[in-house]
Amino acid sequence: MKTAQGIPLDYYIWLSAALFTIGVLGVLYRRNAIIIFMCIELMLNAVNLLLVAFSNYYNDAAGQVFVFFIMAVAAAEVAVGLAILIMMYRNTKTTDINILNRLKW
Amino acid sequence: MTLNLFYFLAFLGILCALLVVFSKNPVHSVLYLILTFFAIAGHYVLLNAQFLAVVHVIVYAGAIMVLFLHVLMLLNLNQDAEPHKSGALKFAAAICSGALLIILIASLKGTNLITAEQTVVADLGTVKNLGKVLFTDYLLPFEITSVLLMASMIGAVMLGKPEKNQSTE
Repeated sequence: MKTAQGIPLDYYIWLSAALFTIGVLGVLYRRNAIIIFMCIELMLNAVNLLLVAFSNYYNDAAGQVFVFFIMAVAAAEVAVGLAILIMMYRNTKTTDINILNRLKW
Repeated sequence: MTLNLFYFLAFLGILCALLVVFSKNPVHSVLYLILTFFAIAGHYVLLNAQFLAVVHVIVYAGAIMVLFLHVLMLLNLNQDAEPHKSGALKFAAAICSGALLIILIASLKGTNLITAEQTVVADLGTVKNLGKVLFTDYLLPFEITSVLLMASMIGAVMLGKPEKNQSTE
């Protein structure tokens, strides 16, 4: 139950679970849409860390290739998401998600 | 030694992640998130994924967080004058995420992992090894990723440009 460096794999599972939960907490806790985006990035990174830990544990490079693809998808998601946020800010002058719950203004 | 380094990086990552959520100023949140990403890059180095650690720092700390900072400054949100949720909603959010953490820990507590044969490959995370896997087994997903990046680039440019009726006013 240890990685190649002698750290138990369980520790990485608990760390990833904690980081993922902090991301969920941020999404539920804050109203600023940009902070919510950052917390989604935090959740993606928790999953990446667990993928790399398991890739090290099983000596399989496929896990690290998956992390590459997740990084590419995260970059695309952030670019489009921030463009949508800027467009919404131009119309509503706020990034408060309680204002953004209507489809037309 | 390695274990102490793990504890330090884990503590730094979790502390900075909490500060991302609880700091009032959005710019401070971005800076704490960059620190969290550096801690995660340190974990990658510990896990023998050196190339991935470098790519992680370049992509996240170098590209994505700079994009976030630019948007924050473009929208002039760097005052701490943002609206906050009511106390009851915050309490409910804390309860929900705490319950999620308890469920995750409880469900993972009793699981037994398949014990792998520990044939340690020292150069697992090197460019040579990863490139071999990426360009043989995962060639098609790699090519499709380029289409995704192209589509998102065009989408971001289309969404970001000012609307016509606004610019004529």
